[in-house]
Amino acid sequence: MIFKYGDNVDTDVIIPARYLATSEPNELKKYCMLDIDEEFNQKVQVGDIIVAGKNFGCGSSREHAPIAIKASGIKCVIAKSFARIFYRNAINIGLAILECEEASDRIDVDDEIIVDFHTGEIKNLTKDETYKAGAFPEFMQKIMAADGLVGYVRQNTQK
Amino acid sequence: MKMTMTQKILAAHAGLDYVEAGQLIEANLDLVLGNDITTPVAIKEFDKIGVTEVFDKSKVVIVPDHFAPAKDIQAATQCKCVREFAENKEIENYFEVGEMGIEHALIPEKGLVVPGDVVIGADSHTCTYGALGAFSTGIGSTDMAAGMATGKSWFKVPSAIKFILINKPTKYVSGKDIILHIIGLIGVDGALYKSMEFVGDGVKNLSMDSRLTMANMAIEAGAKNGIFEVDEITKEYLKGRTNREYTIYTADLDAIYDEEITIDLSKIKPTVSCPHSPDNTKLVDELPKIKIDQVVIGSCTNGRLEDLRMAADILRGKKVAKGIRAIVFPGTQQIYLDAVEEGIVTDLVKAGCVMSTPTCGPCLGGHMGILAKGEKAVTTTNRNFVGRMGHIESEVYLASPAVAAASAITGYITNPENL
Repeated sequence: MIFKYGDNVDTDVIIPARYLATSEPNELKKYCMLDIDEEFNQKVQVGDIIVAGKNFGCGSSREHAPIAIKASGIKCVIAKSFARIFYRNAINIGLAILECEEASDRIDVDDEIIVDFHTGEIKNLTKDETYKAGAFPEFMQKIMAADGLVGYVRQNTQK
Repeated sequence: MKMTMTQKILAAHAGLDYVEAGQLIEANLDLVLGNDITTPVAIKEFDKIGVTEVFDKSKVVIVPDHFAPAKDIQAATQCKCVREFAENKEIENYFEVGEMGIEHALIPEKGLVVPGDVVIGADSHTCTYGALGAFSTGIGSTDMAAGMATGKSWFKVPSAIKFILINKPTKYVSGKDIILHIIGLIGVDGALYKSMEFVGDGVKNLSMDSRLTMANMAIEAGAKNGIFEVDEITKEYLKGRTNREYTIYTADLDAIYDEEITIDLSKIKPTVSCPHSPDNTKLVDELPKIKIDQVVIGSCTNGRLEDLRMAADILRGKKVAKGIRAIVFPGTQQIYLDAVEEGIVTDLVKAGCVMSTPTCGPCLGGHMGILAKGEKAVTTTNRNFVGRMGHIESEVYLASPAVAAASAITGYITNPENL
């Protein structure tokens, strides 16, 4: 299913600081989105998608935010734009994100969506529409192909 | 060559003569920073990379400040984790409780950043050091891990907004009012992915503490970094703190900016950000009578000596209103000591404030002053998101130390000019 949120979803509502005394993904996911959506944790299933407005993930640098979202089973976050630290963190830990204004505006919670990360194409099966997100630069695709920045650095330091 | 200050620093650190906005580069790092919340995650990732040593033991800084002194067993475990890593990797700049401070107050004070540096920190307010003419930006734990391992990081070269500061702020207006005004003007994503470059004749009328406050909150406008032109005040600040030679970068005359915004400092009035977004700014004089429960003076934004001095000047000989909790957090041990020796602490305590150890504490709803349901606080911190300082139905009003101190006396949000 789709979880839909507005503009400026900050990292304090994605994972409140009071739960940051741990960095265990399975612990963090229990509190994911808690301060903006109390039911998120009960409803979320593996493969679900978050669709949000602009500046998603603003605020703190806490990597716990994309970690919690990824651990919850969310397959992809689509937003009009991402706060830059969240954007880096998501790529670095291998959480799929796509920037697409049209998709953010058009997708409703009951829609069925198929996402192709290589092409950046988002298909809305319910509305029979296709949206095109900007493709990632080649460099970032390499990081994602290496399953995140650590995999990429490991490959490059062992050359 | 058409480069901004930021672009010139990045080009120099990438070994390039020229860079332009949007270009992806790999830059050498002068400093890599982490705290007790972000470093444990970075350590896990560092261990996966397969190197055994950090790239330079003098260029990694670890400061346990968020939940330190440890607030509970989990926090103690995280602090222990970073302490052991710092010992094991012989990190030269690890600051234990007793010598630590809030990282962004401590690092400039220790002279660990100089103009022209490239700094990454696993804390969003790492952008603070732009006040010293450095490129400094927040990143996450995995970037910190890679930075510690390789001494390099990738960046997309940012475009920039130029803020031309003119004239002089009035008595009770400081860097906090100016940056809140700017965030209110451009919005919380007004500088998304961009640099905020502060230049102009007005800069010389801003103390280093005010500049640090302004650069600190560049992130609240979504910026990648905030940066000030280096001047005599910067050089004076650096004297005695560092022996490192540094390069001063200024923007090319034909540098390309997305936008140029002139800010007349003399026209800025005491400003607050109302719940629940830093760009929800209002002049204090526009507000109805808002009754508060708590005042917080401190944080990486406003925990420096000038901030405490301003609060003491307003509170001296007066009393915190009955029922108001006024909590003061000096940014570092040195600031604390200076405040003691200057009599600032005496004034604050006599007025009814409580002094805390340096810690991020309540700013992020960690400890040492959490809000209950329905409570309101005036704070000199940097974020007022839902639940930031406690219960999701509590409210945070961001303000300068002068407004916070005045509000402590009256019990509602108050313009110090009206006391």
